[in-house]
Amino acid sequence: MNQQLIISGVGGQGILFITRLLAETAIHKGLPVLTSETHGMAQRGGIVVSHFKVGDFFSPLVRPGQADGLLSLKAETVALHRHFLKENGWIVANAAPLSLVETGHPLAAMDADAAALAMGNPQLVNLMILGLALAEPERLFCTAADVERTIGRKLAGKQKELETAMVAFRTGLEARGKGVKE
Amino acid sequence: MHSSGRRRLMQGNEAIARALVENGCVMATSYPGTPASEILTGVMAWQKAEGTAMHVEWAINEKVALEIAYAGSQSGLRTAVAMKQVGLNVASDPFMSAAYLGVVGGFLVISADDPGPHSSQTEQDSRLLAMLAKVPVLDPDSPAQARELVALGFELSEEFRVPVMLRPTTRVCHACQDIHLATVQKQERRADFRKEPSRWAATPNFRYRLHLELNAKLAQIADYAPTAPRRLNSGAGSKKAIVASGAAAGHAKEIMANLGLMDKIPFFQVLQPYPLHTRFTEEILHGFDEILVLEETTGVVEMQLRNRATVRGKLSGAVPEAGELLPEAVERIIGEFAGVTVPAPPEAPAGGGRRPTLCPGCPHRASFYAIKKAAPKGIYPSDIGCYTLGANLGGVDTVLCMGAAVSQAAGFHHAYRISGEERDVVATIGDSTFFHAGIPPLIDAVSQKARFVLVILDNSTTAMTGNQPTPAMPLPGGVPVEISSVVEGCGVRFCKTGDPLDLPAFTSLVREAVEFACKDSVAVVIAKSPCLVDKSRPKQQRPQAEVEDDCTGCRVCTSQFECPALVFDEATKKVAVDQLICSGCGVCLDVCPSRSITRREKP
Ligand code: SF4
Ligand code: SF4
Repeated sequence: MNQQLIISGVGGQGILFITRLLAETAIHKGLPVLTSETHGMAQRGGIVVSHFKVGDFFSPLVRPGQADGLLSLKAETVALHRHFLKENGWIVANAAPLSLVETGHPLAAMDADAAALAMGNPQLVNLMILGLALAEPERLFCTAADVERTIGRKLAGKQKELETAMVAFRTGLEARGKGVKE
Repeated sequence: MHSSGRRRLMQGNEAIARALVENGCVMATSYPGTPASEILTGVMAWQKAEGTAMHVEWAINEKVALEIAYAGSQSGLRTAVAMKQVGLNVASDPFMSAAYLGVVGGFLVISADDPGPHSSQTEQDSRLLAMLAKVPVLDPDSPAQARELVALGFELSEEFRVPVMLRPTTRVCHACQDIHLATVQKQERRADFRKEPSRWAATPNFRYRLHLELNAKLAQIADYAPTAPRRLNSGAGSKKAIVASGAAAGHAKEIMANLGLMDKIPFFQVLQPYPLHTRFTEEILHGFDEILVLEETTGVVEMQLRNRATVRGKLSGAVPEAGELLPEAVERIIGEFAGVTVPAPPEAPAGGGRRPTLCPGCPHRASFYAIKKAAPKGIYPSDIGCYTLGANLGGVDTVLCMGAAVSQAAGFHHAYRISGEERDVVATIGDSTFFHAGIPPLIDAVSQKARFVLVILDNSTTAMTGNQPTPAMPLPGGVPVEISSVVEGCGVRFCKTGDPLDLPAFTSLVREAVEFACKDSVAVVIAKSPCLVDKSRPKQQRPQAEVEDDCTGCRVCTSQFECPALVFDEATKKVAVDQLICSGCGVCLDVCPSRSITRREKP
């Protein structure tokens, strides 16, 4: 299966972390993967964007109009990166319900900032949005269980971190239907 | 052997690092710089995992890094040096000379380019510097190919006894791909430097002969089969051909397949853009009526295909000469060349985005604020690092290249002095940058009687590139070098250290320095406070700031101090603290004129 994604937000939100989670999940499923990361100056609070391609590709970059989905960790990046989506591409965003007006694309959004603050850790927004993306079974090339296994492998031996990560991931996964805009 | 045979996700830089270790490289040096920084970090990790005896170091600058690795090669070992493209400017002196002298053990110079540029001062093409030095250069399109070309590079280097350049670009360095690990080959070589003064210490007379020798090597390298261009679609027949190199070749492969052109237009991938293989050049110029060349960032392959009538590329205007060659541009250019219509892709929104900014609670922000208070009419030369972002705060007037803050400060002083004027000059430089290139200009300034203030922003790390150590950090068995003792050793008579997070005291310290510089000579202030994102330090648990109701909405803290955690609320006309990002540094408490910002100590 071929799938192309854009994952974006601002520096410090852990975009590289979830991009690599997905890439490692792809490898464990035996799929070839190519990604492109943002490093350097932009990581200081600028816009950070990862390109993610699983399947038969040679270029690490997604062309405008080709992405199957956009994971947006900051609401403002929806407008910035929507042009990467193909006609029916979906958006999964961290945004307070109703703050995003999106007509062209299927959208799922949750207020992950508030949920992460409630958990006392703003660094968890990334895993919540990833969880939300996997709430709809057919959306991504992998399942929530696949990703949970990768998280487990990545954080093996760091029990506390692993537990927090799983709670955040499941918060996103279960946010569907609870005040989430679809 | 334990880590071989598996597929794992590797960043391009990690793949290069892995390949270095796999191919028996035992000395690796670098100075951090985006997009090359993770190469040496990767080597360190693989060395540890494989338990190989190696010398791996973050050198003080790229010139020193190259010279150390080169001596290893002169001793018969496989060695490598990694840097970003502008680092090669710093290392170009030994680079040019080493090309003439040649190598013994395989020697790779890895220079990572940054078309865009995403995180650099220039978009320069290192392959042009390879041409200037007469050094062969390899140009990978992906992490997997970068790994392959490291192995080929070492073979090429040892076969012809020349340094070899590997030139990845950002899209190779910072791409991640699934990669098979191979077994580490132990070369089992021992250092064995053979004296040969007529080569290793050649006088100009011998250099002429070495130049002839180098030219002869290059002619042979242009005929070396393993690095020859590869034709990727043997079937296609047409009078048109596409030649691509580096990341552009990766984009082109995918786009050719998408457009159904793979069985129509012959497609060649160049692995060694310089020297371009002689037979390939002749065959392609004779075989085709129209040739499109796709490469970054300059037309290096194109200029060696000597027929301006049939060759299209950067020089002909078919391909933009500046900026990154993005896949959407490659698609449009290939479409035009092949005569197929490509629907216009959706456009990116104009504007928008956010400019990068210093982290909330970054000590540099406080330093700039203090400098502006202490010398409001000053000229502020600055340098390369996170603190370049002080430009947002009006604390940075110039950024030229590594170390230039110090020399430019001296230059501004002299320029005003001979014009009969006194102007406060307050320069800023990071600790790592000071070590890299700030010391010679400081000695120069002292000996030439320049008068200015130099604030060394000492956060005890190389922050921008991912927190690599500086020479001031203790390494196992090494001797840490204190910045203050270096400054005093340069002859500076005023050198004081302060904590910028204590804003009132630090501002008076900068004032004192400004007065000293006005009367006496160079004054140095060391602004000492750790970087917030340095993972090697314990995270500080500080109470976050809160804004009281008596906030007057004057906006001093948002417009002049610009902490991203302080946001002006248009509805209430007051400032609020973004609890998601405030780090609790407490500096804004001193910035607020009405003292409306507080911090409640946690019980
Ligand atoms: S990374 Fe460190 S040095 Fe850079 S802006 Fe953040 S706190 Fe400042
Ligand atoms: S304490 Fe003030 S200056 Fe420091 S990070 Fe928080 S809001 Fe910014």
